[in-house]
Amino acid sequence: MSAVLPTPARAAGPSTARLSPKAWSGVLAALVAVLVLAPLLNLAVPQGHPLHLSDYAVSLIGKIMCYAICALAMDLIWGYTGILSLGHGLFFALGGYAMGMYLMRQIGRDGNYQSDLPDFMVFLDWKALPWHWAFSDSFVATLLLVVLVPGLLAFVFGFFAFRSRIKGVYFSIITQAMTYAAMLLFFRNETGFGGNNGFTDFKRILGTPIATPAMRMTLFVLTGLALVGFFVLARALVRSKFGRVLQAIRDAESRVMFTGYDPLRYKLCIWVISAVMCGIAGALYVPQVGIINPGEMSPAASIEIAIWAAVGGRGTLVGPIVGAFFVNGAKSWFTQAFPEFWLYFLGALFIAVTLFLPQGIVGLARRLRGAVAGSEKKSEVKA
Amino acid sequence: MTPELMEAGARARSASRGRLVQAGVVDTRHGAILYLDDVTVSFDGFKALNALSLSISAGELRCIIGPNGAGKTTMMDVITGKTRPDAGRAHFGSTIDLLRLRENEIASIGIGRKFQKPTVFEQLTVFENLELALKADRGVRASMFFRLNGEQADRIGAMLALIHLKDSAQRVAGLLSHGQKQWLEIGMLLMQDPKLLLLDEPVAGMTDEETERTAELFLSLEGSHSLVVVEHDMKFIGELTQNGRNGKKVTVLHEGSVLAEGLLSDVQANEKVVEVYLGR
Repeated sequence: MSAVLPTPARAAGPSTARLSPKAWSGVLAALVAVLVLAPLLNLAVPQGHPLHLSDYAVSLIGKIMCYAICALAMDLIWGYTGILSLGHGLFFALGGYAMGMYLMRQIGRDGNYQSDLPDFMVFLDWKALPWHWAFSDSFVATLLLVVLVPGLLAFVFGFFAFRSRIKGVYFSIITQAMTYAAMLLFFRNETGFGGNNGFTDFKRILGTPIATPAMRMTLFVLTGLALVGFFVLARALVRSKFGRVLQAIRDAESRVMFTGYDPLRYKLCIWVISAVMCGIAGALYVPQVGIINPGEMSPAASIEIAIWAAVGGRGTLVGPIVGAFFVNGAKSWFTQAFPEFWLYFLGALFIAVTLFLPQGIVGLARRLRGAVAGSEKKSEVKA
Repeated sequence: MTPELMEAGARARSASRGRLVQAGVVDTRHGAILYLDDVTVSFDGFKALNALSLSISAGELRCIIGPNGAGKTTMMDVITGKTRPDAGRAHFGSTIDLLRLRENEIASIGIGRKFQKPTVFEQLTVFENLELALKADRGVRASMFFRLNGEQADRIGAMLALIHLKDSAQRVAGLLSHGQKQWLEIGMLLMQDPKLLLLDEPVAGMTDEETERTAELFLSLEGSHSLVVVEHDMKFIGELTQNGRNGKKVTVLHEGSVLAEGLLSDVQANEKVVEVYLGR
């Protein structure tokens, strides 16, 4: 590869374009699919028509897009920075609970007990809203909480963990313990989040009924926009010098330090960004699925997020999105066809990917493409 | 009083009234850039450094030799903030207390370190490795919006030429040979424009030709930079001390303190040194 190329006087830098033309067309295609195609096929094409997109499919894809945002967030912290979090389910759940509180208040007096308070509070014989429900009537405050609660928790947790230089498997275990502890806390009725039933039976959002086709499509489109937006944001972050510092931390943190960068700040920044992304995904998830309970904080839920990223391909941005769709698509098929085998399949998939596809599905696709190109021109560059 | 007033006052009073300590500015007017004074580090009772005292002059190239376990790497760990000593002091210039700073702060005030095992960012290209080392704002926000300007690209280009990696600029650093990685790491150090370079076995794994070129490079840095070179390769030490400026000192470390210091020929003739090290 050398000697043939003319050497320019000025060294050529890494590509400064944040998005390549190919990536732009991918983003555009995704936007068209979400903004035009899906609403058209679901709402305009009549039921029974072969092209009709069923309500079930819309809610399934909407749900998976929320998962894809989580997988993308996981990839930023794990794939690019080398920090495996097994507690991202907590940030997702916190965003979901913040939105859930608002949705509970929107029920108004239409609950089973026709009270001003949410049903579970009446059941517990509470007379007034607890203090932490103070902002739950305001949609704007809810949107702020969706960002602030996971963001602040991540900031405080991350600050102490990274300052103590907790790394590798120790960090993963602590994040796992963090989400488990939160789950136990949320299970308790006294905590004021509906105990193990969580929140459900939502009726309205912003005063409009939540279970209409139009609202379902609105939430779907918003989720799609969020996913595309986060993809573009992640791409910009990863392509900047900031992103290269993150990868440098992953490869040789001590060298980063002795080069004058403070890894704490970089890790904390991407950690908080990643947590906030999960929180927003959770807030979009709850109105579409209609329920949030502490099960979302179970250790297994967080591990699944890591599996999506690993299956799709760590260290690429398309990978985690592909992984979230592939694993959850498989899950919804498996749990209908062979419900008892799903967990075995998931475990086998994770082992197979770890052993044979370290770069995930996207890595496999690239390798196949590379093999085709390689056999054509016999390139000496290794993948 | 505002800092500006204090500085103005200090300037007016000038040298006769003592000097103002300026944060982040290395004061080498006493001639020395690095002082280690009575530094002791112990790990589980084993004294890796035992009341080590050492002083490096500004612009000096100092070679440090010593058998395995003599404390050479621990000494670098203390200087760069990786290890906190149990006792003693370490100063950069006459005003900066190294023991109060963290690794990245020490790197920012101008101490660069090359590890024994070449440590580069394996998944980034050679160019990107140098770009990260380039002297620039190390803050998070600055990195997010960083754009390489023409002058900086020229600096990287010049460095690529200096370390003979021009043809490999777009290669992933993990694919370089051992010797090339050593050169890349040295290049990354130089991009930071440090005042003091600590080089831990910089020619390990290099071919004879590469070793010779490295010696030339270090000799060309002498004067404008201060260098501390830890090496086992006596031929390389010989090249460094016999060429260039005269009267270059070699320090022999043994069991965590200085055993001998002086010209290479004197040190080699020293009986104690022969006993513990050179004679084996």
